[in-house]
Amino acid sequence: MVKEIERAGIPVVHMCTITPISLTVGANRIVPTVAIPYPIGNPDLSPEDEYELRKKLVDKALLALTTEITEQTIFE
Amino acid sequence: MSNYKVVHYINQFFGQIGGEEKADVPAEKRQGLVGPGLAFKQAFGDQAEITATIICGDSWFNENLELATKTVLEMIKEEKPDLFIAGPAFNAGRYGVACATIADAVQTELGIPAITGMYIENPGADMFREKIYIVATGNSAAGMRKAVPVMAKLALKLVKGEPIGSSAEEGFLPNGIRKNFFENKRGSARALDMLTKKLAGKPYVTECPMPSFDRVAPQPAIKDITKANIAIVTSGGIVPKGNPDRIESSSASKYGGYSLEGVDNLTADTHETAHGGYDPVYANQDADRVIPVDVLRQYEKDGKIGKLNDWFYSTVGNGTSVASSKRFATEIAGKLLAQGVDAVIMTST
Repeated sequence: MVKEIERAGIPVVHMCTITPISLTVGANRIVPTVAIPYPIGNPDLSPEDEYELRKKLVDKALLALTTEITEQTIFE
Repeated sequence: MSNYKVVHYINQFFGQIGGEEKADVPAEKRQGLVGPGLAFKQAFGDQAEITATIICGDSWFNENLELATKTVLEMIKEEKPDLFIAGPAFNAGRYGVACATIADAVQTELGIPAITGMYIENPGADMFREKIYIVATGNSAAGMRKAVPVMAKLALKLVKGEPIGSSAEEGFLPNGIRKNFFENKRGSARALDMLTKKLAGKPYVTECPMPSFDRVAPQPAIKDITKANIAIVTSGGIVPKGNPDRIESSSASKYGGYSLEGVDNLTADTHETAHGGYDPVYANQDADRVIPVDVLRQYEKDGKIGKLNDWFYSTVGNGTSVASSKRFATEIAGKLLAQGVDAVIMTST
């Protein structure tokens, strides 16, 4: 899906936990996330800390979208 | 008398520990066979015996790739097997990646022949088909009866050191290795055969399949993110409570587009997941854990991004075919372009 969106001309960042799959399917901008059932959250944290964690991950996604790349890149 | 000792790797589901709610169980070893091991026992006859079975949660393996590989490898090593079998994983993505990762590690690090099986669209297939033998299976566990004899036969050949035939003969996914052999008919005659069949609209088998390197070049970066309209797309199955479009929990045949106008935060009362391939508890409590609506809305108010697009799009990425996914995304992209979207955040579970 990432690839078809990018093909249509829209830059896209893929936020996912299993980055090797993301690389295989051909995502170009990749942000690794927390866990499969809660990629951008963590139920073990307090609501405030969980929100902070999500902010950090979204910040990375925005950084990825504003970074020029020439090849598949994982934004750790 | 059994000749060869086999260790078998399966996931929590085939190990009869549980479904998605148990996908985070760490690896454990049991003596003898479990679940699909019985089918292998029948296929092996008295030539080989499964002496131990390793059962591991799919999420645990994939979320702790290095630790999991090390742990499972250690368990296998203790058994000193002659042969290692993983799966088959059919179209279960995390299971397929786990099976192939372990089989590859067993082969390279322990020097023990290893084999797995899965559906051709399983992500584990493209990642490892050039490194290990992956038998092509159907896309669901209904293919077990067909898959096991093929896997068992190939596995026995491997452990005995017998010559392995072509991928078409043995039933594994093509691994890119070519072997020379003599054809009965010369090339020109075979080419003409194919041409006449093609012209007559009859089926024929090419001798030179083209590799499909389907890569899309990255789009240029967003120049000014504070002016960009950002849309959310997910394969994590987030839908308004009640799943109005009835998106299927696996092998989805559709996607949904849902309004985010006036929505600041997703809650257990407003949204849930339709996905049947991961434990839904956490997403149902707070779907922001899968699509970051709360943060993006705040960023929009703070002027950090231009806009959170009024619509988000969602489907269930669980055994969903590549063809369906392609079609969904092409349609979604068309809609996003019409809505003036500048960038997409896609999340997957």
